[in-house]
Amino acid sequence: MWGVVNLHASPSREDLRLAREARHGPALQGRFSAASVAVCGLGGLGSNLALCLARAGVGWLHLIDFDRVELSNLHRQQYFATQLGQPKTEALRDILAAAAPDVTVTIHTARVTDGNLDALLADSQIVCEAFDVPEDKALLVNAVLERFPDKYVVAASGMAGLGPANEIRTRRITSHFYLCGDGTSQLTPGGGLLPSRVMLCAAHQAHTVLRILAGEPDI
Amino acid sequence: MVKINGTAADLAGQTVAQYLAQAGWDAARLAVERNGDIVPRARYGETVLEDGDVLEIVRFVGGG
Repeated sequence: MWGVVNLHASPSREDLRLAREARHGPALQGRFSAASVAVCGLGGLGSNLALCLARAGVGWLHLIDFDRVELSNLHRQQYFATQLGQPKTEALRDILAAAAPDVTVTIHTARVTDGNLDALLADSQIVCEAFDVPEDKALLVNAVLERFPDKYVVAASGMAGLGPANEIRTRRITSHFYLCGDGTSQLTPGGGLLPSRVMLCAAHQAHTVLRILAGEPDI
Repeated sequence: MVKINGTAADLAGQTVAQYLAQAGWDAARLAVERNGDIVPRARYGETVLEDGDVLEIVRFVGGG
């Protein structure tokens, strides 16, 4: 038995480390803890996958978004109604701090452009593309793969609508480029994004990141 | 023959840019993988397809 648990005490960093090691094993947890991952776009994909990575104990997360939390976000993104109007970077940083207080989080409240992405992504081994506009997705993915051959890119395309869960999948396009989603289901007027399908895709991305970090790059 | 997204086509000699325009792709919303590598966007116009090439056009759609 675990004995008496004080529900009001904040766990120490050591408590958190030991709890994760008990689940993942020290070798795997060591890889997660040593990693630096960027999440570009903090909407339905980014907020969900960042929380997943934080809970897994990925040591350093870079959260990048220019937008603020809106009412239309709450149905599928991790934000709370009390956070409406806050920059998503700050709101998600607070959520991650509550869930995984030992994870280092750096925020960049900015739009990713061709001119600033080198600096924004310099410290990250893996870049998660979690934007919603196709042109933004393509710009980021192409730029990172062209300029940083050692970085991994985990992108997403196609997760809108009510299509079957099992059509969401992960594909490995090149040695350093993974693509999650069904590849076709785009956002259309009246064809929205359901929380479950977006979370499925975000989970595919997060799991791909963890597999890369674990030294298991195959899909 | 060149294989693009799993389908063989007689495209040897065309550039990537020519193929994309002719097939109606929106070059601002995709990435091109050729024989395991990403073709840099700035080189679509000078990258000539050769017999035996295997390409994948990765299309990004909206939503996230």
